[in-house]
Amino acid sequence: MNNQAELVKDLAIEHGVKREELLPILQAVVEKDRYLSADAILKIAEETKIPAADVYGTASFYSFLDIIPRGKYVIRVCKTITCSMKGKNQILLALEDFLKIKLGETTPDKLFTILETNCLGWCHKAPAMLVNDDVYTELTPNKVVDILSSYKQEADAE
Amino acid sequence: MTTKIKQLKRIDLIFNHEDDCKEILKKSFDRTNEEVINEMVNSGLKGRGGAGFPTGLKWKLTAEVKDSPKYVICNADEGEPGTFKDREILTRVPHKVLAGMAMCAKIIGSRQGYIYLRGEYKFLVPQLREELRKFHQIMDELNLDFEVDIFLGSGAYICGEESALFESMEGKRGEPRNKPPFPTECGYLNKPTVINNVETLAHSYTIMKYGAKKFRELGVKDSWGSKVFSVSGDTPIPGIYELELGMSVQDFVDDFGDGDTKAVQVGGASGFLVPRKRFAKSHIGYQGKLTGVSLPTGGSMMIFNSSRSMYNVLDNYLDFFQEESCGQCTPCRVGCQQLLKGIKAVKRGEKPAAYLDKLLKLTDTMRLTAKCGLGQSVANSFSSIVENFREEMIY
Repeated sequence: MNNQAELVKDLAIEHGVKREELLPILQAVVEKDRYLSADAILKIAEETKIPAADVYGTASFYSFLDIIPRGKYVIRVCKTITCSMKGKNQILLALEDFLKIKLGETTPDKLFTILETNCLGWCHKAPAMLVNDDVYTELTPNKVVDILSSYKQEADAE
Repeated sequence: MTTKIKQLKRIDLIFNHEDDCKEILKKSFDRTNEEVINEMVNSGLKGRGGAGFPTGLKWKLTAEVKDSPKYVICNADEGEPGTFKDREILTRVPHKVLAGMAMCAKIIGSRQGYIYLRGEYKFLVPQLREELRKFHQIMDELNLDFEVDIFLGSGAYICGEESALFESMEGKRGEPRNKPPFPTECGYLNKPTVINNVETLAHSYTIMKYGAKKFRELGVKDSWGSKVFSVSGDTPIPGIYELELGMSVQDFVDDFGDGDTKAVQVGGASGFLVPRKRFAKSHIGYQGKLTGVSLPTGGSMMIFNSSRSMYNVLDNYLDFFQEESCGQCTPCRVGCQQLLKGIKAVKRGEKPAAYLDKLLKLTDTMRLTAKCGLGQSVANSFSSIVENFREEMIY
């Protein structure tokens, strides 16, 4: 991916090459492309002079730094206790049903990925999920369909 | 709606909209560092993230270290299941948190601070940046050379552990370090660092403004002041409440329960489950002079009514821990996996009920040998659930 290589170069200039800047650089790549390709990891290693194994080791530690391709919109459904008690599985089924994919998969048009995540900190408004960085709470199966429809529209408009 | 006979007193110190940080800081800066530290120590304020280390002492120890640069870090990596109060504080009264950081910076001699914000709260960044812009202006006007940046996490519960947080900021895997050395002398970039929870810093603003004496009008011995609680689960009124420390779980349940409360998880998945028969004897606060059992907490209060299966609750916690264990030390990495596998096997009848006793022994080992608080505290919820609801665990 040439694009990621270019991006990494720009980021290295913007952030500098100190080890403390590694996480922000990794985050910026994920923010743009939703995942870190092997090429991107090698390029970051080259630019920052950090061994590639360390870059990969750091990236793979964090659940939000994906190292396999994801959709444009990554959905993370909270599966921790209160969300689980308040109907998380129904939310998941509604998502799977609407998008015609299973948990962990990405739609063929590369638009959506469904994942689970640990406590999002919205237990008083459970169940909750993230779509990229946006939070949705007090979900119902119907509400989920509305939310995803608006993302689809947004993508179609682009 | 029926009126409740008993309602715990609602406190309004943290969230009231006082916006006089500049004056309060100016007043505090005019006092000597020693005076302010004494005020903090005398207040008895203890860390509100859950561990409960005396805040004044932490500032004092770091101030005494002869090394530079020094750092002030606000721990906003709120990840404990059932906890959401720090986000609320950062949303509604971020200026109080920043004022606390500035006071600390002045005392210990720090020029750089950070807010380590969990990735799940990234949506807060624009408003926090705006708040920082105003804050830096105040710093200029008060002639304090102190700057605060935001550092974002990326979805790792363990990074709320202070030394794992430093590792994360240093661009590494969030793996906790051995202690000692403690952050007061060897924290971020191996330099002296004060790391405080969001709420702790907001309380320090209250103490600066009203003084230690006023702070101690609330709470009980060894657990002074108020605390912001995150209330969730089977309750008609989930949300964020500032309450006095020292209350009994019974009083809490009378106020927040749905009339059918079976158990309360105090302190999140790493805390303790209190069954109904212990409600009256269990109190919320730090270890000390409370009668009965005192339960420290970062403020997570999850309520379960009698429709809930405690097996499912424990299964959910263990799934959480085995995913969030950093994997560095064997007792935690393998221990969490084996506990989860173990309770499933007992539930399915593949292991005898007595196997639960072996698992309890395993949690004893984890409490003793795990490198950090995560692995050590898995034993808390495991033993309090298995011992009190054993019949629900077995086939």
